[in-house]
Amino acid sequence: MAPKKMKKRNLPFLLMILSALLIVLGINLGEVSAVVDKAIKICLSCMGIG
Amino acid sequence: MFVLRRWIQILATLLSNAYWKFPFTKGIYQGQLKGICTPGLNCYSCPAATSACPLGSLQTFMATVRPAISTGNYRFGFYVIGTLGLIGSLVGRMPCAWLCPFGLIQELIHKIPSPKFEIPPFLTYTKYIILGLFVFILPLVVVDEFGYGITWFCKHICPAGTIEAGIPLMFLRPELRALIGVLFYSKLFILVLFLAWMVVSRRPFCRVACPLGALYSLFNKYSLFRMIHDPEKCTLCEACYHDCPMGVKFYKDANHYDCIRCLKCYQESCRFGAISYELAGVPFPKGAKEKA
Repeated sequence: MAPKKMKKRNLPFLLMILSALLIVLGINLGEVSAVVDKAIKICLSCMGIG
Repeated sequence: MFVLRRWIQILATLLSNAYWKFPFTKGIYQGQLKGICTPGLNCYSCPAATSACPLGSLQTFMATVRPAISTGNYRFGFYVIGTLGLIGSLVGRMPCAWLCPFGLIQELIHKIPSPKFEIPPFLTYTKYIILGLFVFILPLVVVDEFGYGITWFCKHICPAGTIEAGIPLMFLRPELRALIGVLFYSKLFILVLFLAWMVVSRRPFCRVACPLGALYSLFNKYSLFRMIHDPEKCTLCEACYHDCPMGVKFYKDANHYDCIRCLKCYQESCRFGAISYELAGVPFPKGAKEKA
């Protein structure tokens, strides 16, 4: 029973590390500028006209 | 606690929409802060928006995967997925209760006096279908001759886009009104439907249709922050269920996929001390022990 409990409590930290690695990978691939490029233009789809 | 949460919701809404020059510029904010994904549902084409919508950004990555690969850019949305994963693994669905502007709108509209109705539980699974289909599969699979997909959720469903971007920009940029067609009216119908539903039911969009909440909810059982139920103290009075903005039966599942960790049950509902929470294994209030 004890090992199962430990595993469950470690999982949030593993998920956080994995997520942080994905963020770093995304930044290195230039994804932030891709997000900016999309977000600074008026999105006609979001408005329902494009 | 409720007052604190309300103020944090208002502050988060104002920070996500802090570009108040828009009545003069007639456009949207175009600064570098738009590279940051907001934790809640907030359309990046809202004239006042100062950050990016994670769902819109994610769909854009899905919709442009093929052209990106063909040009040697392996951008699959790692940055957005990582951001949402980091938030989710820290606090699960908590941003829905504390930071989401659309969540605030729903709570305020629900205060309108009317008969109130519960949402059938089976409908709460719909959001996972919308997440899988409209955010990932359709933008990836349905593409034009050049390999570009479209942002299906934004285009066909998102009521936040209609109320935060569509309607305000129609007033700011009258020339856009010429483009209004069936699509706009169908999105307007969805918005009106949800606005009416918000009056009579608790957070219907969060529970039935929000892909962002669906994504965060996957982390509810595995996040650093966890709710704790003590069955020895619980009298099954259901006070927590009646007060819950998401209609969660806390005593059945303390970390239910629809729990948004607003802490109303902990702070206001339970008079028997059966509800507590923990952060990274540290119990609150101090001394509370996990029993279930």
